[in-house]
Amino acid sequence: MRYHKPTSFTDASAIAAAAPGTLRFLAGGTDVLVQMRAGMVQPDDLIDLKHIPDVGEIRQTADGGWRIGIAVPGVVLGAHEGLKRDWPGVVEGMNLVGSTQVQGRATLAGNLCNGSPAADSVPGMIAAGARVEVTGPKGSREIAVEQIPAGPGKTNLTKGELISAILLPPRGKNGGDAYLRFIPRTEMDIAVVGCAVNLRLDVDKIIEARVALGAVAPTVILSEAAARAIIGTTLDASALQALTSAAEAGAKPISDKRGTAEFRTEVVGVLARRAAKIAYDRAKGQGK
Amino acid sequence: MAKDELKSGYKLIGTRPNRPDGLDKVTGRARYGADFSLPGMLHAAVVRSPHAHARIKNIDVSKALALDGVKAVVTRADLPTGLSGEDLNLQDNTLAGDRVLYDGHAVAAVAATSALLAKDAARLIAVEYEILPHVTDVDAAMAPGAPVIREGVADYSVPEGMHPNVARYMAFGHGDLEAGLAAADIVREHTYKTEATHQGYIEPHACVGQMGEDGRGEMWVCTQGHWYIRRMCAAVLGIEAANLRVTPSEIGGGFGGKTTIFIEPLALALSKKAGGRPVKLVMTRSEVLRATGPTASASMDVKLGMKRDGTITAGQVFFRMQGGAFVGMSPIGEALPCAFACYDIPALKHEAVEVIANRPKAAAYRAPGSPMAAFAVESLVDEMCRELGLDPIEVRLKNGAKNGSRSSYGPDYTVIGLQETLEAAKAHPNYKVPLGPNQGRGVASGFWFNHGGETSVSLAVGEDGTATVSIGTPDIGGSRASIGLMVAEFLGIPYENVRVSVVETGALGVNEPTHGSRATFASGKAAVEAARQAVAEMCRRAAADWGIDPDAVEWKDGAAHPAGPNAGKFPPMSIGEIGAKMGSTGGPISGHHEVTAEGVGASFGTHVVDVEVDPETGRTTVLRYLVVQDAGTAIHPAYVEGQYQGGAVQGIGWALNEEYVYGADGRLQNPVFLDYRVPVASDLPMIDTVIVEVPNPGHPYGVRGVGETGITPPLPAIAAAVAGATGARIRSLPLSPPKVLAAIKAAKG
Ligand SMILES: Cc1cc2nc3c(=O)[nH]c(=O)nc-3n(C[C@H](O)[C@H](O)[C@H](O)COP(=O)(O)OP(=O)(O)OC[C@H]3O[C@@H](n4cnc5c(N)ncnc54)[C@H](O)[C@@H]3O)c2cc1C
Repeated sequence: MRYHKPTSFTDASAIAAAAPGTLRFLAGGTDVLVQMRAGMVQPDDLIDLKHIPDVGEIRQTADGGWRIGIAVPGVVLGAHEGLKRDWPGVVEGMNLVGSTQVQGRATLAGNLCNGSPAADSVPGMIAAGARVEVTGPKGSREIAVEQIPAGPGKTNLTKGELISAILLPPRGKNGGDAYLRFIPRTEMDIAVVGCAVNLRLDVDKIIEARVALGAVAPTVILSEAAARAIIGTTLDASALQALTSAAEAGAKPISDKRGTAEFRTEVVGVLARRAAKIAYDRAKGQGK
Repeated sequence: MAKDELKSGYKLIGTRPNRPDGLDKVTGRARYGADFSLPGMLHAAVVRSPHAHARIKNIDVSKALALDGVKAVVTRADLPTGLSGEDLNLQDNTLAGDRVLYDGHAVAAVAATSALLAKDAARLIAVEYEILPHVTDVDAAMAPGAPVIREGVADYSVPEGMHPNVARYMAFGHGDLEAGLAAADIVREHTYKTEATHQGYIEPHACVGQMGEDGRGEMWVCTQGHWYIRRMCAAVLGIEAANLRVTPSEIGGGFGGKTTIFIEPLALALSKKAGGRPVKLVMTRSEVLRATGPTASASMDVKLGMKRDGTITAGQVFFRMQGGAFVGMSPIGEALPCAFACYDIPALKHEAVEVIANRPKAAAYRAPGSPMAAFAVESLVDEMCRELGLDPIEVRLKNGAKNGSRSSYGPDYTVIGLQETLEAAKAHPNYKVPLGPNQGRGVASGFWFNHGGETSVSLAVGEDGTATVSIGTPDIGGSRASIGLMVAEFLGIPYENVRVSVVETGALGVNEPTHGSRATFASGKAAVEAARQAVAEMCRRAAADWGIDPDAVEWKDGAAHPAGPNAGKFPPMSIGEIGAKMGSTGGPISGHHEVTAEGVGASFGTHVVDVEVDPETGRTTVLRYLVVQDAGTAIHPAYVEGQYQGGAVQGIGWALNEEYVYGADGRLQNPVFLDYRVPVASDLPMIDTVIVEVPNPGHPYGVRGVGETGITPPLPAIAAAVAGATGARIRSLPLSPPKVLAAIKAAKG
């Protein structure tokens, strides 16, 4: 195995583009090192991204959005007041990952690119309308987070491409987001179901919404039907019922060791309801 | 002896000094199994079956041996033949013979100059399999048409017409069952199932083995019992016990799972083949979960008769248990006597069968068999209490076993503390907390026999009047501290002046492992007897010095005193003074005691748990949890509480989420802690404890043994609490959210 530590994304991309065999990037390593130890993957090239300048920075952009470095670990996100105020749902998703030890290393980019359908930070990012900056042999481009996952363990990044930043849009007024996951225990578990809701209010009425469903399909689902179910409502009982039905209908789960398809379908509706209420309260300024 | 009198006499027993292993453990200095290393040491890896059941057609080790740095490979062909009974079982499990019997069954092992190289070499060992049909579920394994896992396993006890996978049958009882049932106002009958669970010790199995071409060997190993390691390795490898010296490491948990061998003979066999170079073998967590001892899974029928006032008139059980593909591993012989051990019921009938299945060879797990039996019987008792509107503690007080009552399995109980635990639970504030919506309370009692066993202990007085105690039972739950306290109490010296060490097989007579909750009881009892011998000798030395009869000397407060005015007026002679001149007064002073310890006292416990169930997801949260248990005497109460809490937590895991998930291919799907869900700290409230002390007359300080009973009541107590919270009675474990949610929906209709 060749270990590289490039100091720019262009160099990282060039090494990746030239890599002949199995390639992995090393951000926090909480997926990739575990997989290597378990014998699940034996990379020929391992490209450590932590030596690239500014990858540990969180910066507010001119438009009021946020640019998050690809090596920022969960614990730093969780301690960032500005980010927590604007996007509490994104931060809480990432903060659910692993334990205190894992939080010290694990990143948003790694969580996204590991390609797990159950990745905890991904529904929150998708609901928030987050984008990523991708650097590749042909330069860099920006794409929506939901364009990245291609299926369990797979992304749509092409050879030589990697993520060079996570971009969150400006929060704007009267918005709120939330992420909830279901696990049988309280931590150290993989989401059996996850759901993120992001919405904006005009007084009491929801005028924008995005609902993302996790662990109920090969990739996180951005459910337009679920969003439509609550847009134009005050999240009253019938809106919640419609949201539940839309979330259930949108889920395409499998049965596995972590839960049955029937259970996942039922619980995704429950979580959608509960996350929507939290996001709504946050938009009203009443949330935590 | 009244309990208070007995207690008030103690200076040290009942106090909570620092643990002797505490500093080493928190600083990382303590040496566990994987911490031993020797010059020239090799590292080993094991090749394991990916199939639940298959015939081994060929094993090609040539590629592995060709790898630079690989020093030895062993397969079954390297082990002696002609073994029988449990020795053959052990050998069959150490390395598969012509067939692999479960996913994870060891097939070959390789030693190389590094652990990475050994892993690479293991991948190069090519095993050709012919896959055979398999079965993993206990009921499916004895159903008509189930694949026969091994021919001819049934012994004489198995009734005609049962499936060939049924290996043993047992039955006993007393009283007139039909009359008892006829006398009842209600008779109820249900089937209960529990999944296999793993002991989940935090330290994976690890050892270093060294054996020369002359067949003399040494082993350093993480184990609950090093004489067992010696005997079992000797049997599997065909060597003499005396030629294997075994030294135990500190141990990161065992719970019964480290009372047997898995990798140890492999390290020795590899070492011998590699010219005597020491070989280290450390299991991964996945290997631990796939190939080391879980407990049995069980399917159990229970029938009970009860009068409207709660009197239980008769009980009947039929248990089916599988303990893997090896005969004799399922704990039916313990589960049956435990089933009704908490009760005094006039008519009982017990029956059970052991079934083999394509799962790993079960090992002991904390009160083997008792938690499953309790789940079945205590659940049905609770169901009937709810049906009749009776308080579950009152019903247990009414029917519970008492001093002198005849046990459900035969012998009469002498002095037991079940009633006291029930009274204490009833009086505890937790039993009175009002419950909110979606909350429920469960109560259950539990039992474990406890065990004495072969025990050998030595004690030596130092030149400065301190004492060293050599024991043969590895310290898992604080026995060094407890034994130190008892010896210090007996000698009348400070606790800090006694050092207790777990010594190797060459240093003492044969000791059984730390199992059966016996270490503090049996090694403690032997240590007190050894101290008694040393005291007698010290009294003789003082008597000789004073020129009086040894009978005229008495021992108190760490010194010899003339006994009474007629003995003469001499100032007391302290243990330090006696120790300082022992070389010139007759030589070293020591004490030694060996015994198959008798006088063991059973420990009963009663648990009360409150849960809240999320009605929309089926997820259970434990709100509060109370353990009340009889310790006899709590020598070191903090350790006793630790045992109570640990037992409760393992039981909570068993009740709520732990299970072996097998795919249709018979492979274990969840051999990692991520998916084999033991409770994590944040899942649990502080476990409240009440130590009841009804001293055991069979021990000099009243000790019973407290390690195992605590895992028994949680299974039925939690199921009862969930039933209270949801209205849905679930008769199979675990109470995982999908199952609970489905049951809630079904109960709503
Ligand atoms: C004990 C434990 C508990 C866990 N619990 C959870 C949990 O609760 N929820 C959850 O979702 N996950 C969990 N995980 C998984 C893991 O921690 C997360 O997925 C984490 O976010 C991965 O981030 P990382 O920086 O460590 O990624 P790495 O391991 O460094 O990388 C992961 C993958 O992403 C790729 N990659 C990394 N950075 C880039 C980049 N900039 N561009 C392109 N590709 C990249 C790598 O090639 C690799 O394939 C857990 C892991 C452990 C060990």
